[in-house]
Amino acid sequence: MAYPSNFRYTKEHEWVEVKGDVAAIGITDYAQHELGDVVFVELPKVGEKVVAGKTFGTVESVKAVSDIYSPASGEVIEINDVLHNTPEKINTDPHGAGWLIKVRLANSAELNGLMDTAAYEAYIASQSKEASA
Amino acid sequence: MESVTTPAITELRKTPLNALHRRVGAKMVNFGGWDMPVEYPATGGLVAEHKAVRSSVGVFDVSHMGDIRIHAERTPGGALAAVQYLSMNDASKLAIGQAHYSAMLYPEGTFVDDVIVHRLGEDDYLLVINAGTREKDINWVRENTRSFDCAVEDLSDAYTQLAIQGPRAIDLLHKLTDANLDLIKNYWFTHGTVCGLKNTLIARTGYTGEDGFEIYVPSEAATSEMVWNKVMEAGREFGIIPCGLGARNTLRLESKMALYGHEISDKINVWEAGLDRYCKMDKGDFIGRAGLEQAKAAGLTRALVGLEMVDRGIARDEYCCCNESGEVIGVVTSGSPSPTLGKNIALAYVPPAMTGLGTPIYVQIRTQKCKAQVVATPFYKRPKKTAAPQAAANV
Repeated sequence: MAYPSNFRYTKEHEWVEVKGDVAAIGITDYAQHELGDVVFVELPKVGEKVVAGKTFGTVESVKAVSDIYSPASGEVIEINDVLHNTPEKINTDPHGAGWLIKVRLANSAELNGLMDTAAYEAYIASQSKEASA
Repeated sequence: MESVTTPAITELRKTPLNALHRRVGAKMVNFGGWDMPVEYPATGGLVAEHKAVRSSVGVFDVSHMGDIRIHAERTPGGALAAVQYLSMNDASKLAIGQAHYSAMLYPEGTFVDDVIVHRLGEDDYLLVINAGTREKDINWVRENTRSFDCAVEDLSDAYTQLAIQGPRAIDLLHKLTDANLDLIKNYWFTHGTVCGLKNTLIARTGYTGEDGFEIYVPSEAATSEMVWNKVMEAGREFGIIPCGLGARNTLRLESKMALYGHEISDKINVWEAGLDRYCKMDKGDFIGRAGLEQAKAAGLTRALVGLEMVDRGIARDEYCCCNESGEVIGVVTSGSPSPTLGKNIALAYVPPAMTGLGTPIYVQIRTQKCKAQVVATPFYKRPKKTAAPQAAANV
C-alpha cells in the first residue's frame, strides 16, 4: 500500500493529513498489519482536547491493545464513529475510510518534526529488518 | 501507537519448524522463552485460524511443549507408584492407550503445572507438560521420584508435536496413516505409521475444544517439515490453514481450558481453579493432598468464573474486577474477544459470594469500569457428533 505524499508520519505509526488548520489522524498500513484484525476502537468525544505526544484513544485487535498518540495538540472536531460497528475499515483502508479523528490544530508548528513518505518508508524498512534479524 | 517490541531473537528457543514458520511470513512472538508463531497473516490471521479450527481443520506446531517419560526400572509398579505420588488424578484407572488430564501440585495444593498423563505400557507413562515450565517440571519429577523404582527421561527435544484440530481433523489424518483412527476414542491414543514414519504416537487430545489429534514425530528438521507439508497438502481439500498461538488461546478460552500462569499457578489451589473432578483425594497419598484437605477445611476465598462483557469494552488478562461500589474484589486471568461467539469473554477470580450466574462484575478497563456478568462455562461446546465414540468421562 502506498504512503500518501501529502501525509506526515510519526514514529508510533500514526499519519496526519493537514487541510488548513484541521488535521485528520489515523494509523498507518504498517500499524494495521502489525495489529491484525481490528475488533474495537476507543475514540475521544467531539470537543475534547488532545495533546501532542499523549494518547487519545485505543485500537484493539483480538490479541493486542494499542494506544494511539496524538501528533499534535488541538480540539477534536469530528470522530469517525462508523468505526464502532465496522472497525475493520482500519485494516482495509487505513489511510482513507479508516481515519480516526479530526482535530482543529492549536499549533501547526508541532507537525514540523514529522516524517515525510520517504523518511517513513525508510523507517519501517529498518523496523522490519530488525524484526527478522 | 506503541511500537511492537522485537524479541531478542538469538536468545529465544526454537522448534524444528521455526524456519518454516518464518518462511511463510508468520508473525512471531516470545512465548515463555520460545520464538513462536502467534498468527500467519498470509493465510488469514488469528480470526481466520480460529474459525478454520471450529468449522474444518487447522494445524498447530506445539513442539515447545515438554515430554517426560516415567517407566519401571527393576520392580514392576515403580512407575505407577511414582506417577500416583506426583499427579492428582488416579493413574491406576488408565488402560494402556488411555490418557487423562491432571496436574502436579506443591504441598500446599497449588499448581506446579497441568499435564496430560498417557499410559504407554504396562508400567510406562508419558507426561506432556507446558513449554514455559519444562525445566521446573523435569527437576520436580526427578527430585520427587528418587525413592521410587522408576526411570525418568526428558524426551522434550526428541519430538516435533503437531496438533491437528477440528471436525475434519480425522478425515485429514486418515490420508496420512494406516492406524484405524475410528477406534481411538477421545483422550485415547495409539501408535502407527504416519507419513511413512513408523511407531508414531497419535493421540486424540488437544487444547481447542474440537475433535482432533496430536502427533509426535521425530524432531529432526527435515522430517518435521516433511510431515508439516504433508499435513498441509492433505488438508487442502478441507481448507486447512496453519494456526498460531493467538488462535490457540482464543480456542482454549472459549472452551474454558486452563492456561498455566493464568487460571492455574503456584498461588492458586485446585478448589479455587474448579478442577475438583480431576483430583482423586481417595486414591491414596499424593503431593498436595494434605494441603488440599487444609484448604477445603479453611474454605474458599475465591473461585474461577466465566464473564461476558455487557458494556462496550474488552476485558483482558490481569485487569481488575470490582463490585458495584467500585471496590476491587478480583482479577481477570484471561480475557479476549471470542471469534465464535462474537462477544468479549473472560475468566476471572471473584469471591465465592459473587459466582452466581448473572452477578454483575465491573472490569477496570483503563480509566473506566465496564459492566460484565457471570455466565456459565464453557462458553462454547462443540456440537455432538453421534458417529464419534466417546470414552467414559470420569477417569
